[in-house]
Amino acid sequence: MIALMLSAAISALFFKDLLSAVIASCLVSLLASIIFIVLQAPDVAMAEASIGAALITAVFVIAIRRTGRYEE
Amino acid sequence: MRVAFSLILLAIVGVGVVLSLSSIPFGSPPMDAGKYYIDSGRTDTGATNIVTSVVVGYRAFDTLGEVTVLFVAAIGLGAILTTGKKNESKKKEELEPASLVLSTGCRFLFPLILLFGAYVFIHGHLTPGGGFQGGAVIASAFLMVYLGCRKKRIRKSWARGTESISGLVFVVTGLTGLAVAGHYFLSNFLPEGTLNSLFSAGIIPIIYIAIGLKVGSELTGVIDNLIEESE
Repeated sequence: MIALMLSAAISALFFKDLLSAVIASCLVSLLASIIFIVLQAPDVAMAEASIGAALITAVFVIAIRRTGRYEE
Repeated sequence: MRVAFSLILLAIVGVGVVLSLSSIPFGSPPMDAGKYYIDSGRTDTGATNIVTSVVVGYRAFDTLGEVTVLFVAAIGLGAILTTGKKNESKKKEELEPASLVLSTGCRFLFPLILLFGAYVFIHGHLTPGGGFQGGAVIASAFLMVYLGCRKKRIRKSWARGTESISGLVFVVTGLTGLAVAGHYFLSNFLPEGTLNSLFSAGIIPIIYIAIGLKVGSELTGVIDNLIEESE
C-alpha cells in the first residue's frame, strides 16, 4: 500500500499533464485514508478522504481549467 | 557539484530521520497524556468517541480558533475573487447541459450524501467523524451538484446566514457555559445523560452540529466562488 502511495506521489511529480498529476495526488490521499483505517484512525481517514481526495482535487481541477493543462 | 552536494545533504537528512524514528517503538506512545484521555475521557465528557471528547471537550477553545481560521480563509478567498469581477463585462457562454443520466444521478445522490454528512456530525460523539468531516461531506455533495447539474446554484445569503448563525451558536453556548457552570469558557452545563445514547455528552452534540453546519457552508461558499470565477 505504501509502495503504491509512493509511486503515485512520484508520478504526480513527473507528469507533464497536470490533470494526470492531480489525479495521482488524489490517489495518494485515497491510499492514505485507507492506511489510516488500517491503523485504526477512522476520524482522520474520513477527513482525509473527503477533504484530501474530493475537495482539494476539485479545487486543483478548477484551477487547471482556468490556466493551462500542460506543463511547459 | 551542486547536485552532489544536494544529494549528500538529502542522505544526511534521511539518515537522521530514519535513526530518530527507529528509536521510537511503533504503536506505544511515549507520553502519558494520551493514556489519561483514553482512561477518563468517557467519565469526564460523556462522549464515547475519544477524539471528539478531546476536540470538543478538553480543547474546545482551540477548535473555536480552528473554525475561525477556516472562516477567515473563506472570507479572504471570497474577497480576492469578487473584487475584479464587477467591472468585467458579463459574457455568459451557454454551457452545454449535462446528460440526463448524470443530472438525474446527481439529483438522486445529493440528499443521500447530505443525510450521511448530517449523520456524521450529529453522531460525532458516538461514532467516528465529527463536525469537520461531516461538513466536508456536505460540501462535497454540493460540489457534485455544481459539476453534475451545471445550472443549480446555492443562494449565497443562505450559506452566509447558516455560517453566521452556527458560529453564533458555538460562541453563545460557550458563554452560557461560562455563565451557568462558571468555571471556564465552553464548560459543560447540560446533564451528561446515559453513555452511548444520542442525547448525551452535554453540550458536545450542540457544538458539533454548529461546527458541521459552519464548515459545510464555508466550504460550499469556497467552491461556489471558485466555480463562478472559472466560468
